[in-house]
Amino acid sequence: MSAVPLLKVNDVSKFYGSRIGCRNVSFELWPGEVLAIVGESGSGKTTLLSCLSTRLMPSSGIVEYHMRDGQYRDLARMSEAERRFLMRTDWGFVHQNPADGLRMTVSAGANVGERLMAVGDRHYGNIRATAADWLRRVEIEEDRIDDQPRSFSGGMRQRLQIARNLVTSPRLVFMDEPTGGLDVSVQARLLDLVRGLVHDLGLSAIIVTHDLAVARLLSHRMMVMKDGLVIEQGLTDRVLDDPREPYTQLLVSSILQV
Amino acid sequence: MTDLATYNFAYLDEQTKRMIRRAILKAISIPGYQVPFASREMPMPYGWGTGGVQVTAAILGPKDVLKVIDQGADDTTNAVSIRAFFQKVANVAVTTKTRDATIIQTRHRIPEETLTAGQTLVYQVPIPEPLRFLEPRETETRKMHALEEYGLMHVKLYEDIARNGHIATTYAYPVKVEGRYVMDPSPTPKFDNPKMHMSEALQLFGAGREKRIYAVPPHTDVVSLDFEDHPFEIQHFDKPCALCGAEHVYLDEVVLDDKGGRMFVCSDTDHCEDRREHGHAGHLLAQQEAAE
Amino acid sequence: MATPLVVSEVAKSFTMHLRDGIRLPVVNGVSFSVKKGECVVLGGPSGVGKSSILKMLYGNYAVDAGQILIEHQGRLVDLAHAAPRAVLEVRRDTLGYVSQFLRVVPRVSALDVVAEPLLARGVEQAAAREKAAGLLAKLNLPRELWQLPPATFSGGEQQRVNIARGFITDHAILLLDEPTASLDATNRRVVVEMIAAKKAEGVALLGIFHDEEVRDAVADRILDVSAFSPRKAAA
Repeated sequence: MSAVPLLKVNDVSKFYGSRIGCRNVSFELWPGEVLAIVGESGSGKTTLLSCLSTRLMPSSGIVEYHMRDGQYRDLARMSEAERRFLMRTDWGFVHQNPADGLRMTVSAGANVGERLMAVGDRHYGNIRATAADWLRRVEIEEDRIDDQPRSFSGGMRQRLQIARNLVTSPRLVFMDEPTGGLDVSVQARLLDLVRGLVHDLGLSAIIVTHDLAVARLLSHRMMVMKDGLVIEQGLTDRVLDDPREPYTQLLVSSILQV
Repeated sequence: MTDLATYNFAYLDEQTKRMIRRAILKAISIPGYQVPFASREMPMPYGWGTGGVQVTAAILGPKDVLKVIDQGADDTTNAVSIRAFFQKVANVAVTTKTRDATIIQTRHRIPEETLTAGQTLVYQVPIPEPLRFLEPRETETRKMHALEEYGLMHVKLYEDIARNGHIATTYAYPVKVEGRYVMDPSPTPKFDNPKMHMSEALQLFGAGREKRIYAVPPHTDVVSLDFEDHPFEIQHFDKPCALCGAEHVYLDEVVLDDKGGRMFVCSDTDHCEDRREHGHAGHLLAQQEAAE
Repeated sequence: MATPLVVSEVAKSFTMHLRDGIRLPVVNGVSFSVKKGECVVLGGPSGVGKSSILKMLYGNYAVDAGQILIEHQGRLVDLAHAAPRAVLEVRRDTLGYVSQFLRVVPRVSALDVVAEPLLARGVEQAAAREKAAGLLAKLNLPRELWQLPPATFSGGEQQRVNIARGFITDHAILLLDEPTASLDATNRRVVVEMIAAKKAEGVALLGIFHDEEVRDAVADRILDVSAFSPRKAAA
């Protein structure tokens, strides 16, 4: 385990006018660690994710990222060019709706290859071979490489989105309800895939979900949010097996047992 | 000259021309960058070259000699109309000879004859934004230009190769100007792209509907985008021009009858005529003469 | 240190917010230690808090008071107050756990379920699988099941996968939560042998065994958990 955190979040708040998005959130994310942010709709988990991933500017607080050169950088103070470069190289963002993260009218191969071309890869054969390799890793038949995601099922689209994000070997991936709109059986396959990739690649990930089973399977650590505040956090096993806060107990007791 | 009483010289008022000249100067200073300008309503519909006409009107002087081509031809509707327009509103000399012209307004071609210092080529541009078909948001494309994020342009070429086995874009083929801005060279065939590179002439681009002007100053690097393993190539024709026998020029296909007969002739009509005047003859012309 | 696990004055209660905040005390003043090569068995009637103690030791339950000291890579870690990632590190390298039930991961074969703790510690896949296969063979799990995900296995088969997974590493401390509950006599004997082998290697074991025969065979010492029951103290 590396000795320094990848992401340092210090007292981050986001207000929408007088409404609270999230308030006074602080934590550190370590290399290889998967953090789940759980809570019901409107609890502020997506707002927090947006603040962390620079999609939203926090109203106050600091988010620092440990760059590959070993320096910590305050994300809010980076130039837009640097932020965007970070987002398409060292970071990934998996949207709940794959259509938000994919180019729907561009082939699967080009969807995966786009990040490579964005960082200057100019060899068609290599780009295509890498794309094919990634399609295989996310269990999409290689002969679909020239098909547009419009012709893919929901689960395939989501897997394609993951491949598109991971092709540049990012160190940190944000996921917003990655299994949100999928059938249960498709969910299981995706979860297993994400679990394997996170493990094999040593990724750090922050996963927003309202599904505690997803959190249990994927995350090491968990934060429970309610009304914009983190009300409980700790080892995922601990939070789920021994929830302390009233709201967490309600959440855990609401899971359907099969 | 009596007709001129109703119009200012070259149709546009002087303030408008100054505004357009400022945009042109900025465009020349930042090669390949699309400068917004307050495009005026012109007495012709959008798509007929309103951008090019405004640029020409802004740079035209009484001593200029104007040539107007459409798809390489001086005698097509668009070319004839615009040439007549400037004859009427500016009373300038006009020509069909490339080498005699000081300003050449063009739609979809660059003349075959190499342009020289002092000449200005004005392109009519329908859609100036090369990233448009992949990224519909103007806010986003502007940001991409600003931050030099051009990966998307290669996505388009990738798609071409994936679908067709080679880069099938044959016109409006994207170029990088002076190592910085990616630019749409207007719908000229990619055959003409190499002519833009290090040209001695000034190249100005006007998009009337989209309200953008951009430029390639003389002696500027213009590089067509490509992949290492799929390098940029121009079109090749297996036959010479049927009329003048020219090789290594851009040819148009002309259908001769309803039995599948066709010929390939120079798209640049002035170039073709000039060659014929100098005694060159293609196989069709030779047959004709033999028949007579 | 010859005593890799020391539990000191540990107390645990549950506050049930959904039932008007009723507080259920579980254990109080839990203090004991386990030496290297020793197998301590938690005894006492069911419901007295044996499983809760194991879960606190593994970090699944929070601790109200006290310390859980684990010798981890030459230093002492207080698991009762350790950060989540420290707990994970201790679990990976020092502290093993064989639970009563297997948490099944979809689509992962039995062999890979067993090999995973080794992979997590950087052992090569081939070597990890070979060792996993050896353990599954020892536990008489039919070979045709090895490549299947254990979701559809019987209770006894799942338990054997679970045991193999728990025993595959050289963790210095092993927690065993009724590992033999659904096993037949033959396999119970195998597990007893495996525990004996661990003891011989110097592993500190702490377990719950309801089966008297197994308990008598493995236990060096039986710790009566009733002594820690706060209800008893109150009465």
